[in-house]
Amino acid sequence: MIIGKSAMAGTLESSDAQVTVEPSENGLELEISSSVMNQYGRQIRATVMQTLERLDVQSGKVTVVDKGALDCTLKARVECAVYRSNDIKDALPWGGAIV
Amino acid sequence: MKNAVGREIPDEILALTGKEPFQGNHYKDGVPFRRAAPIIRPVMSNDHSKMVKDIHEALVKCHAHNGMTVSFHHHFREGDLVVCMVMKEIHKMGLKNITLAATSLGKAHDDLVPMIEDGTITRIEASGVRGKIGEAISAGKLKGLAIMRSHGGRVRSLVTGETKVDIAFIGAPTSDDYGNLRGIGGKTNCGVLSYSYVDGDQAEYVVAITDCLVPFPNFPAHISMTRVDYVCVVDSIGIPEKIATGAAKPTTDQRKLMMAEYCTQVVVNTPYFKDGFSYQTGVGGASIASTISLTRIMKERGIKMGFGVGGLTKPMCDLLDMGMVRLLLDTQAFDLDAVSNVINPAHHRITAGAYANPFNKGAFVNRLDYVILASLEVDVHFNCNVVVGSDGVITGAQGGHPDTAQGAKCTIVICPLLQGRIPAICTDVTTVTTPGESVDVVVTDYGVAVNPNRQDLLEALRKADCVPLKTIEELRDIAYSIVGKPDPLEFGDRVVGIIEARDGTIMDVVRQIKPKE
Repeated sequence: MIIGKSAMAGTLESSDAQVTVEPSENGLELEISSSVMNQYGRQIRATVMQTLERLDVQSGKVTVVDKGALDCTLKARVECAVYRSNDIKDALPWGGAIV
Repeated sequence: MKNAVGREIPDEILALTGKEPFQGNHYKDGVPFRRAAPIIRPVMSNDHSKMVKDIHEALVKCHAHNGMTVSFHHHFREGDLVVCMVMKEIHKMGLKNITLAATSLGKAHDDLVPMIEDGTITRIEASGVRGKIGEAISAGKLKGLAIMRSHGGRVRSLVTGETKVDIAFIGAPTSDDYGNLRGIGGKTNCGVLSYSYVDGDQAEYVVAITDCLVPFPNFPAHISMTRVDYVCVVDSIGIPEKIATGAAKPTTDQRKLMMAEYCTQVVVNTPYFKDGFSYQTGVGGASIASTISLTRIMKERGIKMGFGVGGLTKPMCDLLDMGMVRLLLDTQAFDLDAVSNVINPAHHRITAGAYANPFNKGAFVNRLDYVILASLEVDVHFNCNVVVGSDGVITGAQGGHPDTAQGAKCTIVICPLLQGRIPAICTDVTTVTTPGESVDVVVTDYGVAVNPNRQDLLEALRKADCVPLKTIEELRDIAYSIVGKPDPLEFGDRVVGIIEARDGTIMDVVRQIKPKE
């Protein structure tokens, strides 16, 4: 999937994460800030990367502002931001790859 | 060297402080020591005035000097104006290398950070540190060590002379011109002055700072004129609405209510719950809710409490007003109801020493049946951390946690399994403040774990079948299955603070943080 335009999902509430995706020519750029960076920074990065891989996103600038979200929340926010950047509004393929 | 809770205490810290590593709760039990005595300047003439016109004059008269130790109390909590007021004057005088020995420091003292950075304050001794000072210490900005002590441990350190206070500043809601101090009767009331009593006893100079001068004698005095050298009147010593808030509304958070119910079930189904039992609890939503649900069962069974102790809140004062507790022993008033309840003749003020000093001939905490505590983290060894955040930054205070936990026959720690993504039940706490040998029961929203060395309590709770019993390892595993196993924190090499055990040995050290990219 391609990051078609800038899009955002999530909030800055505790236990949530705000994910922003923007088009980019330079492959995948991932920027993470987190209230639990010291303990979970590595796992947050892995979760976001896996989700992007599953969606077959190969380039784009992805910014995650994490407020202690669980992995399931992170996945959902990343998926939602990517879907929104593609104007996918119906029959959302949560948790699956786009064909 | 590894201490009794398995923490590595670096040799250079042992050498620098002259302290021993923690060797278990009873290491110093019965070991004699000589009480330190301060220098006193007697007042014999009948025309002597103790009044000074400002803090500057007080500092000059008390021979303020480089390298001195000054002390303060934290009864004004988030509304305190006294510490910053005095430290600004010390800063203006250009004094350096000051040890700040407060009973606790918090957000009210954020303005002190520049004085840490420029070497005015080079050592800090306190129950703990919240706010920007904690961040500054964790970032390595304090030149010397921060020593975190429990309330009882602080009294011990003054009484043994380990901490020698040159000038104690006691913010007093009311004072007369001869230094009789009370926590009530003024415009900035805090109820009690329990934490400062030992400073009055042990400091070389004692300066009362008040914003309400009353006629002599201000009586009955909470701290006597016999301890006070000077009295200074200032415009304001505190912000009343930040000292004590209205009583917290009973929580409606279902998770907290469930933990409160588990906690109450643990209390009423263990053998100490009988007429005349003693009890201490905190200010957290679950603690307050459990006091309320406990009251209901006490009424049903006709059981009354012998005494309640500690930092007090409305639900405890309500018990007194209903005749459900014989008397309350107050070291700190947490809400306005507790402040005003001090006028009840069965609501007694006690000193922090009588409350918790491990080095007197027996403190009130030793006579507690139950204490209900909170914790940032509890590990599978039942060690608790209440000072250092899970991100490694100093963010809390020991308070009376280690004192009451050791003293009480049944120590219950209420702690939600998860704080956001952070597992509160973990393999090893970031920093040990209260050793596992003091902790008997851990109540979480996913079940209750009993310390295996308390088979008697475990048996009683099993028989009552009143709460979902789990092992502490099971609780940790549930937590990790939800949030993932946290990566170990990375710290720098420098030790910035020590967590002192009640008896003055070293429980743990706090290292400089190393922020991760």
